[in-house]
Amino acid sequence: MSRTRTPVVDGWFTGDGDDFRLLGTRCSACAAVFFPREDVHCRNPGCPGGDLEEVPLSQRGYIWSYTDSRYRPPSPYVTDPELPWEPYALIAVELESERMVVLGQAAPGFTVADLAVGMEVEVVPGVLHEDTETIWTTWHWRPTGVAI
Amino acid sequence: MTGDVAVLGAGMHPWGKWGRGFVEYGVAAARAALADAGLEWRQVGSIVGADTVRSGYPGYVAGAAFAKALGWQGARVTSVYAACASGAQAISTARAQILSGLADVVLVVGADAAPKGFFRPAGGDRPDDPDWLRFRVLGATNPTYFGLYARRRMAVHGDTLEDFTQVKVKNAALGALNANARYRKPVTAQEVAASPVVADPLRLLDICATSDGGAALVLSSMEFARRHGVAEPVRIRAVSTVTPRYPNTVLDLPEIATDSAVAVDPTAETFRASIARAAYEEAGIGPDDLSLAEVYDLSTALELQWYEDLGLCGQGEGAELLRDGETAPGGRIPVNMSGGLASFGEAVPAQAIAQVCEVTWQLRGQAGDRQVAGARVGITANQGLFGHGSAVIAVR
Ligand SMILES: [Zn+2]
Repeated sequence: MSRTRTPVVDGWFTGDGDDFRLLGTRCSACAAVFFPREDVHCRNPGCPGGDLEEVPLSQRGYIWSYTDSRYRPPSPYVTDPELPWEPYALIAVELESERMVVLGQAAPGFTVADLAVGMEVEVVPGVLHEDTETIWTTWHWRPTGVAI
Repeated sequence: MTGDVAVLGAGMHPWGKWGRGFVEYGVAAARAALADAGLEWRQVGSIVGADTVRSGYPGYVAGAAFAKALGWQGARVTSVYAACASGAQAISTARAQILSGLADVVLVVGADAAPKGFFRPAGGDRPDDPDWLRFRVLGATNPTYFGLYARRRMAVHGDTLEDFTQVKVKNAALGALNANARYRKPVTAQEVAASPVVADPLRLLDICATSDGGAALVLSSMEFARRHGVAEPVRIRAVSTVTPRYPNTVLDLPEIATDSAVAVDPTAETFRASIARAAYEEAGIGPDDLSLAEVYDLSTALELQWYEDLGLCGQGEGAELLRDGETAPGGRIPVNMSGGLASFGEAVPAQAIAQVCEVTWQLRGQAGDRQVAGARVGITANQGLFGHGSAVIAVR
């Protein structure tokens, strides 16, 4: 039986491999960009309100800051309590053209020791967790041009 | 400028992990504040409770829960929730009632019974709730946000782990002098350095715990205070509860991203700085007038950020202010003379009220071994989830 690949949140990212992109929305009236996506109202208080259209975000950005999670996060984060906890890094990334910072987990294998503020990273498809029926997919930030 | 309200009484239930209900802590704090004010509960015309989201229905109607436990006596009741700023919004509500003439004497109470470990979101699948999403998608606990801010400060301002350590050492030494604090032992730099990393670069002793506790204030009109025989009460002169301005370009809890600054240029002033500025403007004073400050040190690094956001020093100069001893007892502007959250652990709805209790005792000269000599003006500041924050300025 093959498992289905399901995004952890619907409509936040799309595509595979090199075509993987985070998805936000953009206001047709004021050009404000939103991630996570706003689909009902533009949140710019100076905007008369426009249509919100889906827009892919930049694939690359620069590390604004980073940290990690040395202890098992509580539910609704899904972990297997039978397995020892493996810390993962979290990266906040500044996207230049969107002028915003987007948080994400680091690609597997990268620890805080591999990261620095200002380093270039790219968004890549990732797996959040798996169960018997489903592979839950997410986005990861990965330092560019770095092999591990 | 607006009018003053008098602080007639302040009271607390000690912070800790007592394993009892939040109403018990709140009522103990309320009785202590009433006794401090020399007033009977039946003389109180209005009660304002700061809600807790961790104790079921009574927590959502905290004002009524406390009023019932104290004994129904017909007082006007209000319950407010504003995350970490809940206590300050309760004070703000009480002050508005007094200044508008709706009430002469208002009892403000906040209390919490905290769970073990990380704060977590309420149960159920809620993909439209940013607080649920950050845990579900990223496992981003509160300490990971504190870690992001700390690492950013190290990269941009040159703060060091040793600076963060010294914040904890300072606050722990003060907490050791405070009977209401949960942690009452001095902490050495070696102990901080040896504590395990929770969210890089922050270690266990850089991050505040979660606690049980309760705090209460009795506020009144200046006219009532005079009739009550208190000629020179501590007075609350400003309560700032402003919201951020779009675009908010600081990654605040519990968000996964900042606002985009594509459509609108961000203001030079951050949300936290705007909280303080609004309080200064309302009080008609500035940072140079302060005798002391109580700030929300959810982490050691955040205390340094507050120095800058309160205007105690310039941007990026927080660590230097600490290294120079200016925020320690005897310094130019002592910060967290109570011991801060480092010594208390956060009891969410009680914490902002507890900050004002400490300022009240300092301004009265009743802070014992923690006393700031000749204290005349104090400020409190905090920031919580979902665009909440507060600052209270009190004078004597
Ligand atoms: Zn718009």
